[in-house]
Amino acid sequence: MGLSWMAWTWPTAAFFLFIAAAIATMGVWEYFVPGGAPRRGAFGLDTTRGDRLFITLVGSAFIFLGWLGLFGTPLWGGLAIALAWAGFVFWKV
Amino acid sequence: MNKTVNHKAWFLVLPVLVLVAFNAFIPLMTVVNYSVQETFGDNTFFWAGLIWFEDVLHSERFHAALVRQLTFTFTILAIEIPLGVVIALTMPKRGIWVPVCLVTMALPLLIPWNVVGAIWNIFALPEIGLLGQVLNGLGIDYNFTRQPGAAWFTLIAMDVWHWTSLVVLLAYAGLVSIPDAFYQAAKIDGASTWAIFRHIQLPKMKRVLTIAVLLRFMDSFNIYTEPFVLTGGGPGNSTTLLSIDLVKLALGQFDLGPAAAMSLIYFLIILALSWIFYTLMMRDEER
Repeated sequence: MGLSWMAWTWPTAAFFLFIAAAIATMGVWEYFVPGGAPRRGAFGLDTTRGDRLFITLVGSAFIFLGWLGLFGTPLWGGLAIALAWAGFVFWKV
Repeated sequence: MNKTVNHKAWFLVLPVLVLVAFNAFIPLMTVVNYSVQETFGDNTFFWAGLIWFEDVLHSERFHAALVRQLTFTFTILAIEIPLGVVIALTMPKRGIWVPVCLVTMALPLLIPWNVVGAIWNIFALPEIGLLGQVLNGLGIDYNFTRQPGAAWFTLIAMDVWHWTSLVVLLAYAGLVSIPDAFYQAAKIDGASTWAIFRHIQLPKMKRVLTIAVLLRFMDSFNIYTEPFVLTGGGPGNSTTLLSIDLVKLALGQFDLGPAAAMSLIYFLIILALSWIFYTLMMRDEER
């Protein structure tokens, strides 16, 4: 049985590799610079670094969907907002 | 906070990880792959980019199904959670009636979902069903096969009948875990029934109620079998919830690309709402 039914494409593979790399980076980061304990940030939430990655990724998904729904492709504007969102989440939340 | 010392314990998680990989990650990855391609079968795929996502986001059919889904979910939550708590409060805490109540409560949960749909379909039929006959005999014009309002009423009644027990059992488990000392202290202070509920029982039930709300939210947002058997999404499209619409799109029309894009948006909504529910309900606990 081949894997043709999974219908892999390079862009979707890159997407999953990016997520895997992000999670792996979190591990490396925590190993060299420990500091993953929860902290109280904006919105009054106690978040660990992993929580912040989760909030960033889910938030970015909605940002891209919102951009796609409102302005369509290309998604550069959405990417800029998502990066700003990631910066905000890791810095303040 | 101290760091965990024994990292070997992580290896015990491996079997679960492998299992989850096969039943969750691989199907999810496949759906992501399908969502950016078009296929006419035979495992031949053509790159389509983000066109299906744009289609779904602008689809009035999707918007309507989403509104129906949210209406359904928040209606049953608003009924099942308070009703479940009230029933749990009235259940006996000790004696012979405890097992009788618990088993009776558990019965609806044991019935297969398609059977629940079939039971309610027959029960509510206006010509032969007990509910349909009684309502029509009382002079209420009730026919869930052609009145959207009646279909919604039957759908919600069916879900409340099927799932309130789960909330009852969880809330009851929370209630019986409260030590008697709390009630004795409340009695000494002369607390009213409402004060006992508000300051002792409700806070003690918070964790189990969080689980109840999350389970009922996710389950009702995914609900498929019961409404499919009961109304088939009709009359018209009036009870076509998201999952029924998704199956029509994926298997009825074999539009795998749009169906995959819709599944991902559907998944993201459930993920985000579950996280928000969980965070809001656990936030006060941590303080």
